[in-house]
Amino acid sequence: MKKYILDFTLTENKALHDAYVLLKLTPADGAPLPPMLPGQFVNILVPDSPKTYLRRPISIHNVDMERNELWLLVRKAGEGTKHLAAMPTSSIINMVVPLGNTFSYPAQKHVAPLLVGGGVGVAPLLYWGKELLRQGYAPQFLLGARSKKDLLQLEEFAAIGKVHIATDDGSFGEKGVVTQHSVWNDDFSFIYACGPKPMMVAVASKAKSKQTPCEVSLENTMACGVGACLCCVEKTTQGHVCVCKEGPIFNTEQLTWQI
Amino acid sequence: MANLRVEIGGLQLKNPVMTASGTFGYGIEFADFIDLSRLGGIIVKGTTLEAREGNPYPRMAETPSGMLNAVGLQNKGVRYFAEHIYPKIKDIDTHIIVNVSGACIDDYVATAEIIASLPAIPAIELNISCPNVKQGGMAFGTSCSGAASVVKAVRKVYPKTLIVKLSPNVTNIAEIASAVEAEGADSVSLINTLMGMAIDAERRRALLSTVTGGLSGACVKPVALRMVWQVAHAVKIPIIGLGGISSAEDAIEFLLAGASAVQIGTANFIDPAITVKVIDGIDDYLTRHGFASVTDIVGALETN
Repeated sequence: MKKYILDFTLTENKALHDAYVLLKLTPADGAPLPPMLPGQFVNILVPDSPKTYLRRPISIHNVDMERNELWLLVRKAGEGTKHLAAMPTSSIINMVVPLGNTFSYPAQKHVAPLLVGGGVGVAPLLYWGKELLRQGYAPQFLLGARSKKDLLQLEEFAAIGKVHIATDDGSFGEKGVVTQHSVWNDDFSFIYACGPKPMMVAVASKAKSKQTPCEVSLENTMACGVGACLCCVEKTTQGHVCVCKEGPIFNTEQLTWQI
Repeated sequence: MANLRVEIGGLQLKNPVMTASGTFGYGIEFADFIDLSRLGGIIVKGTTLEAREGNPYPRMAETPSGMLNAVGLQNKGVRYFAEHIYPKIKDIDTHIIVNVSGACIDDYVATAEIIASLPAIPAIELNISCPNVKQGGMAFGTSCSGAASVVKAVRKVYPKTLIVKLSPNVTNIAEIASAVEAEGADSVSLINTLMGMAIDAERRRALLSTVTGGLSGACVKPVALRMVWQVAHAVKIPIIGLGGISSAEDAIEFLLAGASAVQIGTANFIDPAITVKVIDGIDDYLTRHGFASVTDIVGALETN
């Protein structure tokens, strides 16, 4: 899949929460967005942020073909992402796009796939859910957060499929972590997970016990984003592989996690 | 357009801009972004006799104006390179140079012999300066005798252009450069990364699995420039300068300090098309200052 270095114009910067923003971007030259697949990411050059030397990899949250917009969900984690989150609309932002691989489709359409997200890990699941729906699958979502106010983009997810919620404090949905949710009584064709590693490990373990295939999206610290520097490696059954190139989506059977 | 051709130990480069080992993969990773044939050369990933898994994750930490890495020469070994990677890159219209590393002299020699048999590889860069491996690597590059012994052994089996990549983690880099020149090196490239470390104070843990790693990026440029200048006064063989080059201006500074060519490393991560911008920028500079050839500015630093 061809990769591009492109300038984008920031068309909208919407605060979702103290810690998260939704950025909408369109190619600065007005050209159509290049083809991008669910699960892929962009590598953003953070402008005017002297402490941010490297680009910041961010998952593709959604591609709005009608408006020619790319959506990114950004958590204000450090200097670079805080700076990005504070960018005013009309800013020009340079990105290398699209990077990484994509999710695998479930083998069957009559059983629903379950997309499990925790925190900002919900980001890649929106575009993937939309794509699954478009292809005739009936995706369901299981979203986890500390509390109700930490749940992101609920309306967007609800427009695609059934949404199950787990909050640590019980302020919305079922109380507890995602793996304690009653939705696991059902069977699913495929489990996809993105979120903090302990959550993904727990989900992978759940999927394994139900003998359901499971893919996770990893976010190891990266430098180049194109498989050149070998910094972001994950240990797999095939040895160390680059999360930026061979991933970020991995079948949990490929990983050496204790599940 | 100025004449950008330079010569490194018998090797004619179309321009002085190459890519640094470990920052550009095998070149093909960047084929979507630039026309690879515009490069003076591509130095591919460090290659060893046997496959190496490299160090555990995490291997990278960002620093002010730079980054630390502790990759540890992850590669599939020279035989895999010759069989599977070489066929994919041999027809790229630029010089493909293999960076060769080893845990002992015999490994360096055996690897160099295999690379010597590949007709489309006109040169090797002998890596005696990797700070991220327990055995070999930098251990050879931090003493004159160690550096000389590897170069002497490899020179016997390697007839093509032999570049030796020097470590900055030494008291006197000029002495090491002289020692490898005396053993028949055709060129020296410098600098490899500077040993450094980074700590997460909140968690009271090192940010790299190996605790220490190699520092690269814009922050090392003044150190690299100084070392190139010192080595230029100590040896007659051509120097390839690298360390933090992120613009044409940076590259020109290295040429003025005495480098005949340059390598671009970490900057490829920030702008995957930086190399061609540097080539064009050098051309503009030469034209603007009325120089007919890039060789006119090599070592042209005016002092006092």
